[in-house]
Amino acid sequence: MANHDIDITVRRGTVHALVGENGAGKSTLMKILYGMQKPDEGTIAIAGEQVSLHSPADAIARGIGMVHQHFMLADNLTVLENVVLGAEKPYGIAGRARAKVKEISDAYGLNVRPDVLVEDLGVADRQRVEILKVLYRGARTLILDEPTAVLVPQEVDALFDNLRELKAEGLTVIFISHKLGEVLSVADDITVIRRGTTVASVVPAETTPRQLAELMVGSELPSPETRESTVTDRPMLGVEDLKLCATDPDGTVREVLDDITFTIHQGEVLGIAGVEGNGQAELVEAIMGMRDPDGGTIVLNGADISHEPTRLRRESGIGYIPEDRHRHGLLLEAPLWENRILGHVTEKPNSNGSLLDLKAARADTERIVRDYDVRTPGIEVTAASLSGGNQQKLIVGREMSHDPKLLIAAHPTRGVDVGAQAQIWDQIRQARREGLAVLLISADLDELIGLSDTLRVMYRGRLVADADPATITPEELGSAMTGAASGHLEHPHDAAQNGGGDR
Amino acid sequence: MKRFDKDRLVLGIAAPLLAIVAALIVTSLVILSAGDDPMRAFAVMADYGSKSDSQVWIINKAVPYYLSAIAVAIGFRMNLFNIGVDGQYRIAAFFAAVVGGSLALPGIIQIPLIIVVAMFVGAVWAGIAGLLKTTRGVSEVISTIMLNAIAASVIGYFLQPSRLAVKEENLIHTPYLPDTSHFFEIPTTPKPVEGFIVVAVIVGVLYWFLLGRTRFGFDLRAVGQSESAALASGVSVKRMVVTSMVLSGTAAGLVGMPTLLGSSYNYGTDFPAGIGFTGIAIALLGRNHPVGMALGALLWGFLERTGGQLEFEGYAQEVVGVMQGVIVLCVVIAYEIVRRYGLKSQQRKVGAQLAAQARKTEKAEVSA
Repeated sequence: MANHDIDITVRRGTVHALVGENGAGKSTLMKILYGMQKPDEGTIAIAGEQVSLHSPADAIARGIGMVHQHFMLADNLTVLENVVLGAEKPYGIAGRARAKVKEISDAYGLNVRPDVLVEDLGVADRQRVEILKVLYRGARTLILDEPTAVLVPQEVDALFDNLRELKAEGLTVIFISHKLGEVLSVADDITVIRRGTTVASVVPAETTPRQLAELMVGSELPSPETRESTVTDRPMLGVEDLKLCATDPDGTVREVLDDITFTIHQGEVLGIAGVEGNGQAELVEAIMGMRDPDGGTIVLNGADISHEPTRLRRESGIGYIPEDRHRHGLLLEAPLWENRILGHVTEKPNSNGSLLDLKAARADTERIVRDYDVRTPGIEVTAASLSGGNQQKLIVGREMSHDPKLLIAAHPTRGVDVGAQAQIWDQIRQARREGLAVLLISADLDELIGLSDTLRVMYRGRLVADADPATITPEELGSAMTGAASGHLEHPHDAAQNGGGDR
Repeated sequence: MKRFDKDRLVLGIAAPLLAIVAALIVTSLVILSAGDDPMRAFAVMADYGSKSDSQVWIINKAVPYYLSAIAVAIGFRMNLFNIGVDGQYRIAAFFAAVVGGSLALPGIIQIPLIIVVAMFVGAVWAGIAGLLKTTRGVSEVISTIMLNAIAASVIGYFLQPSRLAVKEENLIHTPYLPDTSHFFEIPTTPKPVEGFIVVAVIVGVLYWFLLGRTRFGFDLRAVGQSESAALASGVSVKRMVVTSMVLSGTAAGLVGMPTLLGSSYNYGTDFPAGIGFTGIAIALLGRNHPVGMALGALLWGFLERTGGQLEFEGYAQEVVGVMQGVIVLCVVIAYEIVRRYGLKSQQRKVGAQLAAQARKTEKAEVSA
């Protein structure tokens, strides 16, 4: 049973937030509301009328639409084609459809350009297309599954403006999120769900992020971190003048990384802030050896690894928590213990010489599941059946189990609930105390500021600014991320003159 | 823990059972629509297929099928579709026959030499497709199909009396292997079982061991499941593509050996063709599992053996072709259904178990 005794009432014309830990049952509830799964017990009523939803088509017919966390758009079609695809009946596929798209876009301030190819759109634009798609199908109630997970602060604000617009037009929005600050700023009502059941309904005016978090976790949160520096003077990772070029589909060669220079010492967390798509992913791939740099050097613990294969880098002590765990961190249809081997197949306890040691790997998986609190009934289940937070805990456990010297953590707590988040942060801090060097890349500015010893801002493939996490505010960091400020962020005027900002 | 394993077993048996029942139903309908009696047809097949000479025939037929299926399955496990097993085994058998026919060494040297030549040629032929894929991005589906045609032309060019072949009445074939190069047979009545079955069993065990128990096998399966995750985990995907194509081709090189060393002793215009494609069907049927594919190969042999008999009994022989096609289709569909169902039910169970755990601890907290 994933859900039981769920009671939720959503008023028309409001934004209703649904918060809860990963694996608490939010997604299941959403699937039920969208007709993808049938409830065993209980009833759903829309506008007072009891309904039973057998499929998403039923839900759409009743005016319920869903915007999924992972977008479902065809890249090689235009926005208009994407919107019309599968809903050709009501307005045809040509002039009338275009007019309707325009009309909806204008009515809710979505600013959608119908003839642009989806592959040319950024994440925020794609999300607006998804919302438009749902509205085009006549939805009066929108379900948004963690819509802000992929957005930067400015984009989140724009999304919230859109949501308020929708609300003003009498539409209802059900909004799922982990980010409590956001929930409090946009929602009219909040329902907290924990361990498969609704535990509280609150209004934002009468609660704080801390109280909400405690409702979600069901216990008092650990107190905020104490900041004591563990930075040593022994360099672990040195990157110098790193350059990486990529060829666009139209054949032009673009520098996606240019003049990247930094050093991470043992016991230091270097945080990289930046709007997604400014070269962070490429930087990680260059350090991991998944892409071969076009210039510059990467030195790990005194050894030049600039052009070494990924496996050797991993064996030399790089741990990797990837940005997209489904694509880069897991074999979804393989059991947990095989996932424990992934990436460390040449290391103990997974193998002996060129043979796998299945027994030891299984035993060690049991240990990771226990020590890192991966909630699973066993290690034979597939990785796909775990919730996102538990998948992430497994990855963190795996990477930490090989005594990494350098940990690359790309969005380590994205899509992870509060409880698991605190746990992952603790583990990073703990390892840092023991001399681990960490490259932290995150879109969560609080996380960056809270964990990092040094902060750099990345913009268009360059490190344009640096900041002291002890004094910087998220707002200041945010403005540097859009390229508005550069240099050392405490002294913006001096730094603007010498440009690069490397000290 | 136990419960999950039991479920998996049930699911594992459910799929082939579902497929066979569905295939029987569809075939019955086909036979019925032709105005014949399906039950009698099945009875004829069962009766004829269980005769001892049929059994030997089926086993001997299944050996090359099995080897071919292994070759295809190596590709499948890595998400490569090697359609070229057909060309690979034929060109491999041809050159092995040429080498074997021109030497007269003691059997203990010459038989392994012939086999090694075959594996080598098969590996080279498949390796071309692997290299084309990694260096030029050519889909292995396209290149292996083309290489099949090229292999046929190459064989056609050399298989002429003035070149590498001899003419015997109406048949053109490579010179006979010396008698010392005949593979041993297992004496059974009424006819012997080919000794190459031993090699097939060894290959099956190696396949299982290599993929399931070695680091290399893990890397290969990782690439098959998720190329991006494998890359991030440190597998050189390009090298893996070439290596697995070469391995697949090596296995393919063995496909023609039971025939060459066990019955024909030469490569002629009548050398069996098309086993590479049969291998694809059997790999699908056996779900790339070493035992599953063995059963699949035997089933295939059974159907071919009994298909001939059906004709004597007044049925259209094509019925067996229909049956083979339907079985493969049903298997693919049944496995996909069962796989999806299994994944879903597992997800549900994980959720349920966690919720139960959570409730228990909650109660404990309350009472504490």
